Amino acid sequence: MSSFLTDKQIQHLYWRTGFGISPSELKRARTFSKEEIVDHLFSESSGITDLSLDFGILQKDPKNLSREERKELRKLRNQKMLDLNLLWLRQLAESKQVLREKMTLFFHNHFAVRLKTPRAALHLNNVIRKNALESFGDMLLEVSKSPAMLLFLNNRQNRKNNPNENFAREVMELFTLGRDNGYTEKDIKEAARAFTGWNFNKQGTFVFRQKHHDFGSKTILGKTGNFKGEDVIKILLEQKQTAKYITKKIYKFLVNEHINPTRLEKLSSIFYETNYNIEALLRGVLESDWFYDHENIGAKIKSPIELIVGLSKPFNIHYKNPKVLLYLQRKLNQVLFFPPNVAGWKGGKSWIDNSTLMLRLKLASVALNNGVIEINDTADSEMTTMMKEKYYNKMKSQMQKRVKATPHWEPFLDAIEQKSRQQLIDYVLQPNLSKGAQEVISTIDERNTKNFIIELMSLPEYQLC
Amino acid sequence: MDRRNFLKQSVFASGITLVPSFLKGMEFLTPEQLSGYKNVIIIQLSGGNDGLNSIIPIQNDIYHRLRPTIGKKQSETLKINDDLAFNSALQPIKDLYDQGDVCIINNVGYPNPNRSHFRSTDIWQTASDTNQYLSSGWVGRYLDANCQHPYQAIEVDNSLSLAMKGNTLNGIAVSDPKQLHRTTREPFFNQLINNTQEDMLHEDNQGYLYKTMLETYSSASYIYETSKIYESKVTYPQSAFARNLKTIADFIISGLKTRVYYSSLGGFDSHVNQVNSQDRLLGIYANAISALVKDLKKNNKFKDTLILTFSEFGRRVKQNGSRGTDHGAANNVMIMSGSLKKAGIYNELPNLSDLDNNGDIKYTVDFRSIYASILDNWLEVNDHIILGSDFNKLSFV
Repeated sequence: MSSFLTDKQIQHLYWRTGFGISPSELKRARTFSKEEIVDHLFSESSGITDLSLDFGILQKDPKNLSREERKELRKLRNQKMLDLNLLWLRQLAESKQVLREKMTLFFHNHFAVRLKTPRAALHLNNVIRKNALESFGDMLLEVSKSPAMLLFLNNRQNRKNNPNENFAREVMELFTLGRDNGYTEKDIKEAARAFTGWNFNKQGTFVFRQKHHDFGSKTILGKTGNFKGEDVIKILLEQKQTAKYITKKIYKFLVNEHINPTRLEKLSSIFYETNYNIEALLRGVLESDWFYDHENIGAKIKSPIELIVGLSKPFNIHYKNPKVLLYLQRKLNQVLFFPPNVAGWKGGKSWIDNSTLMLRLKLASVALNNGVIEINDTADSEMTTMMKEKYYNKMKSQMQKRVKATPHWEPFLDAIEQKSRQQLIDYVLQPNLSKGAQEVISTIDERNTKNFIIELMSLPEYQLC
Repeated sequence: MDRRNFLKQSVFASGITLVPSFLKGMEFLTPEQLSGYKNVIIIQLSGGNDGLNSIIPIQNDIYHRLRPTIGKKQSETLKINDDLAFNSALQPIKDLYDQGDVCIINNVGYPNPNRSHFRSTDIWQTASDTNQYLSSGWVGRYLDANCQHPYQAIEVDNSLSLAMKGNTLNGIAVSDPKQLHRTTREPFFNQLINNTQEDMLHEDNQGYLYKTMLETYSSASYIYETSKIYESKVTYPQSAFARNLKTIADFIISGLKTRVYYSSLGGFDSHVNQVNSQDRLLGIYANAISALVKDLKKNNKFKDTLILTFSEFGRRVKQNGSRGTDHGAANNVMIMSGSLKKAGIYNELPNLSDLDNNGDIKYTVDFRSIYASILDNWLEVNDHIILGSDFNKLSFV
């Protein structure tokens, strides 16, 4: 049985599985059923577009470099990390494989790694992308063996008789079972022994160094044997708790931070029984009826990346100085490839405090209109027209100097077929307007569509999706 | 105070335009009022600072035996007494110590320590038990119980820590008061604030956004206008951390009615080759603190200031296989002030011959005893309401 979605529900689907939907895409999607749209999302994401960067001398063995070259090396590394950030940000905005990219973003935060080595960071990102809609088990194993993870959680230093527990702890606490969910300090110590010997060579290929491995017997989560790292991963995947923990995190990411326990139980079972098939789990969510319930629409606070990409995408904004994008990520507390720590970004309300909120509210006007939110309201205000002009002009000159963003308004305005007030509101904003916003918006002339859209995007409501 | 009164005091009563009227006619504190207006600066060393290599039990054989390569030799340290020595990167702290401005409390922790950074940070910030999950921080609950305005607790950073979030009031995060103020002058936002009504401030995300916006308005002008009064002439080191401490000094000396300041320095998670990285960070910490204290002393404010430095846990006594240390438990805490009642080494040294099952130092002082002492003896508020139970008070202030 097929069912059809309202515009708002289609927008909901596209915000949660991507970064919103353009007016022209929305027009097309309307003619399809829910099931067809979801199928379409998966088929568009069947391909994989790896990130790639030219690393130049970073690929050479430092031993073969001159002193001068080595000096440059560090600088170049930092530069490449920033290049990598902007490269992915662009791919997030431009790729047709939206669902795959969105889930890559999810697992980028799940396997949160913060490194200064761009080759390892890029490799990990591609590993995640490759598995983002396929098997979580494969992803977990491949990520665990990646140079990025081995470096970040110090497993290269984890050796027989001299264990380093860092990876063993986080693989349980953050990547599989979740904190304090049925493992002990003893399990961590024993698992650390099993991961001894995991390393990589100069080419960045995984190697198992026998002489560093502790071949003795270990007891982990009640099982005893001469376990190696792969065995620990397998044991962790055998725990139903792992399926529950990952499902819960994905539910919060896609649906709502408030969990419905019955649905969670059902979804975790799907995930566990399909051997951690991510597509099966996602279909369980996206093909349901409850995903499209009113309570789930507009209930989530956009992450800074969702906000920046979601804003740039429909206007195809060109930033003359792309460093502005790094500045924004930094100020909004989410810089791709630089999570605050191994637990990743907390999300939800933690994105919001007084300082990030004000910048978020300014963002649309900054990117689309040199920082000006023009209001020609009739309401009485202590700020005279002259003062306003002065304020706007000052803002404009500052923003033009600093931000240098060029939005493409025409295609966007052309694609908005009906320009009635309510339709614009419904398209730009996912949640219902608050009482206060309704009053402010009602005093505003919507005939200047451009200004009206900027005003809508400057409301707190635009921070939600 | 209930929410209604809070709103009245902050924004609704004001007519909200360029300068909210709650500011108009607000008298700044006179010098007499300012003296005796006590404040606290909380510094978090994030990642788990190795206390044993910061304040070193230099005569302890177990220390040297368990740390054959990363242990500090006597010649590399600054002597405190026969048993203890500072890491040489802490020279500026040693200078303060010699002037009686530093109190070191050993073995601070909590029962059943959690060795996860995130969990242990939450425990320290919320002042919870190890198995208790709180969504408000201890400074936030101080705001709830004793303050009227968000700006009475300021975190000088880009974002607000859980410690600063209360149930009804949140502290303010600000790194650049001028920029924050400029944004709030936006006419469109002013209109929105004018139309914000109490029943829009639900517990859901949308309500939270409006509430935060309102709090920002009630604080941004105040912080900006007040902090213009003083700008430090003291030279601070060139680090982001030092810049943050300079901002705090400007706030304090300008006479902001802020009681609690918060800032942090990260990177202490020293699993590998820790000696160089930790010494470098301790240097950044010590030099910045030194400039701050100099600034405060010059302006006669150090006697009204208490600086608390903590880390979410200490590190394992035994070094690991990579010349680093893994996550540990109890740790030392440093208190600095021009008004200490007890300076020096507050209590017994860590007992390295009686470690817990993980090989970590056992706690003898609950960290919440320190909070309780600061709340009760220094800020003079009811610590029980904020911490939810009674903890032994210490006598450092």
